[in-house]
Amino acid sequence: MTRTGVTALAASMLLGACAAGPEIRGTGDLGVVIERATGSVKLVEHSHDTVLGEVGELGDLSHAAIVFSRDERFAYVFGRDGGLTKLDLLTQKLAGRVMQAGNSIGGAISADGRLVAVANYEPGGIRVFDAETLAPVADIPTGSKVVGLEDAPGNRFVFSLYDKGEIWLADLSEPASPQITKFTGIGRQPYDALVTPDGRYYIAGLFGEDGLAMLDLWRPEAGIRRVLVGYGRGETALPVFKMPHLESWAVADGHAFIPAVGRHEVLVIDLATWTEAGRIPVEGQPVFVMARPDGRQLWVNFALPDNGVVQVIDVPSLKVVHRLEPGPGVLHLEFTPRGERVWLSVRDADQIKVYDTATFSLLATLPAEKPSGIFFTARAHRIGL
Amino acid sequence: MRSRGIAVFGALLLMGTPALAATPSPNRQEALRHMVRQDCGSCHGMTLKGGLGSSLLPQALDGIPAESLTDIILNGIPGTPMPPWAALLSADEAAWIANELKKGLAP
Repeated sequence: MTRTGVTALAASMLLGACAAGPEIRGTGDLGVVIERATGSVKLVEHSHDTVLGEVGELGDLSHAAIVFSRDERFAYVFGRDGGLTKLDLLTQKLAGRVMQAGNSIGGAISADGRLVAVANYEPGGIRVFDAETLAPVADIPTGSKVVGLEDAPGNRFVFSLYDKGEIWLADLSEPASPQITKFTGIGRQPYDALVTPDGRYYIAGLFGEDGLAMLDLWRPEAGIRRVLVGYGRGETALPVFKMPHLESWAVADGHAFIPAVGRHEVLVIDLATWTEAGRIPVEGQPVFVMARPDGRQLWVNFALPDNGVVQVIDVPSLKVVHRLEPGPGVLHLEFTPRGERVWLSVRDADQIKVYDTATFSLLATLPAEKPSGIFFTARAHRIGL
Repeated sequence: MRSRGIAVFGALLLMGTPALAATPSPNRQEALRHMVRQDCGSCHGMTLKGGLGSSLLPQALDGIPAESLTDIILNGIPGTPMPPWAALLSADEAAWIANELKKGLAP
């Protein structure tokens, strides 16, 4: 080929690249990893376990959380500093950003995908935004720090009031005029909550007492039911160096599994009777108890000083069957959609580690600055995530 | 040699204030700073401006004596999620953290 030919070819390739815009690809295998110290996120994909890019200047991302648009193209990042950022996973650019409060703790996306709600500590309440434009839609002040904000079927949001011990159910069928149902006296200091994968039950963990508060979303008129009341009665709880998280309700084999507060135990709940079905002794105070998507295994990480360890529980036998030491400061874990692999963020090693969940072998190590939450787009189609 | 060493040690003891005598080593200070930002930050915010826990910025701690903060760090606040850190921190380390927080913890 002549030199002119080469030049022309190169020019047409450049033109072609410009005209085509972002690479044409699906988004079902994409994910976002929070880099909390630098206020940035890593964009990743889990078909080949690689980092695709990085987006920065997202503010204070300590304890940041993410939900996805139903087309799995956009991530909504909830920052600690009240920043709500809409991130385009394909162009790797910001598609919108608002500073909507002074201090925030997470959010949820409505069943129809049109509303994004943010839980705020300061000012206490939730604020709801148009998922397309991030324009404000509704403001629901609570006079309390809000925790455990979850989506529920029927374009409803459910959340708990840490300072007041209440659960509020907000129906946003008419987004501009939310219908609020309040449940009071649910227990002291709800710290986090979750919705079961079928969207039926909302369960808030209580820090101020042993037990959980459960709301049946099929029958909200029945009110709050207390579950596992006094599970630690007569025992001295250990100091809790990190609040457990309930983002992902580990439900498997007719049982639900939750971290015990201040104990080296995973609590097992019988879902038919909502009574305690057992306790699984583990190495430290559990923070996340996550079920592999098929429900066969639970992976558990721990609070200080055991946060370098991950244990795997076999669900049929309710026993710990494996122990890993991925590195210092294991903060979060996320399964691939079918659960053949799990990604772990190892904060103090500045690494993400990918393991095979059948053989427990390490498959990949990816760099990330002080990684915390890992979020895969498959969450877009799951209730309560 | 030996007697001179003892003399120097004695002089240091006389000169040094209790706080200075108990200052953690530079390496340990680094680890403590990291712990405050990353682990205390889980509740108090990584920038320490507050979250589920209260703000730990100097203006928020103004009026609270360092000794009280040290006591809170070591013994926690019963009835709240603030745990006692005495199992993971010595009294000197807690005092150092309290003083650093009041000054504004260096990033």
